[in-house]
Amino acid sequence: MLEKMREIIAEQLNAEAESITEASSFKEDLGADSLDLFELVMALEEEYHVEIPSEDLANLSTVGDVMNYLKEKGVEG
Amino acid sequence: MKTTKIIGTGSCVPDRIVTNDELAGVVDTSDSWIQERTGICRRHISVKETTSELAAEAARAAVLDAGILPEDLGLIIAATSSADTVMPTVACRVQAALGNRSAVCFDLNAACSGFLYSLNVAHSMIKSGLCSTALVVGAENMSKTIDWTDRGTCVLFGDGAGACVLQASDDGWISTVSGADGLRGDVLTYAGNTLHNFLTAPLSGETPYMKMDGQAVFKFAVKTVPACINSLLEQAGCRKQDVRWYLLHQANERIISAAARRLGEPIEKFPINLNEYGNTSAASIPILLDEMNREGRLEQGDKIVLAGFGAGLTWGATLLTWQDDHRKMNGTKKGK
Repeated sequence: MLEKMREIIAEQLNAEAESITEASSFKEDLGADSLDLFELVMALEEEYHVEIPSEDLANLSTVGDVMNYLKEKGVEG
Repeated sequence: MKTTKIIGTGSCVPDRIVTNDELAGVVDTSDSWIQERTGICRRHISVKETTSELAAEAARAAVLDAGILPEDLGLIIAATSSADTVMPTVACRVQAALGNRSAVCFDLNAACSGFLYSLNVAHSMIKSGLCSTALVVGAENMSKTIDWTDRGTCVLFGDGAGACVLQASDDGWISTVSGADGLRGDVLTYAGNTLHNFLTAPLSGETPYMKMDGQAVFKFAVKTVPACINSLLEQAGCRKQDVRWYLLHQANERIISAAARRLGEPIEKFPINLNEYGNTSAASIPILLDEMNREGRLEQGDKIVLAGFGAGLTWGATLLTWQDDHRKMNGTKKGK
């Protein structure tokens, strides 16, 4: 899952794919603001066919958080 | 006459400008925070100007630009969600200000999609022969609908009005797509003056001001606008490369750039003036259209997409070709 996530995040946030790890924080390490995260959420929803409601976004601060969240939602990876 | 065309535009905004820095003294925010997330630098906020006064000024300018007389108007629609009074309507107040006594006048509320919805209705009424010339004015006093302690919404909006005159024509309006999804209405609400009678207690606890789920609205706009425009162009048999301008509702620069990316169209085709006015709801598209018209940026035959989206949830997009030939005849063509 990490490879695909890196690809999506790199494209959405204009970041270097190699620099993205599970520990990367969207705001601190990748410089994303709330609207960048909205766009990232949309890209993830479309890729993994899940819905990520507004209230869940607050708990997703790192790449690892999102991977765990998607796994809990039943996304295979 | 097979269709309709826009023959004149006008706009009016309040004199008082409120900068991001000034807002930073009202709520906990900053110029850079607002600019980075919205593209907005300042907005015009009414002090004394009513929605109807702004609407009437925009209407006067549009009638003048069209080279018609106010009494030629058979229909006046005011698109607004911030009417000064429920009765009489803004449209009737505009009619009075223009000195017209024969038009059908009513307000239409479809929030930020109101201008597109109103244009649809005016076009349809002209095409069905109910009138031949119509005025559509989008006018808002959004500053009166906002909770000025909510930094998530109060920085986004501004006041203003934009109008256009629509007339029966052989060329112009090509096609339209619009819709709504009331099931998702709770993501953007403005209760206003909630209703009650002597059998019920006044409704309490509910804020009368605007409330917004930013993420849900952002996602709605970024998904719906490109989808709506794609189906519009498909319906019209028009290729994207033939579209000269996309005039999107001026809510947020980040929404517009995300929509442009999804459409695969260059951002240069998406004119922006929200930096100056913020989100003026139903007034945003006609203000932008008027600015472009007055700057001479619209040329005969230009294919233009107008697209609005907003509370309801509602959306609408219209494809038209800009018709300038009548201006050469009446001598009102704008210089570059």
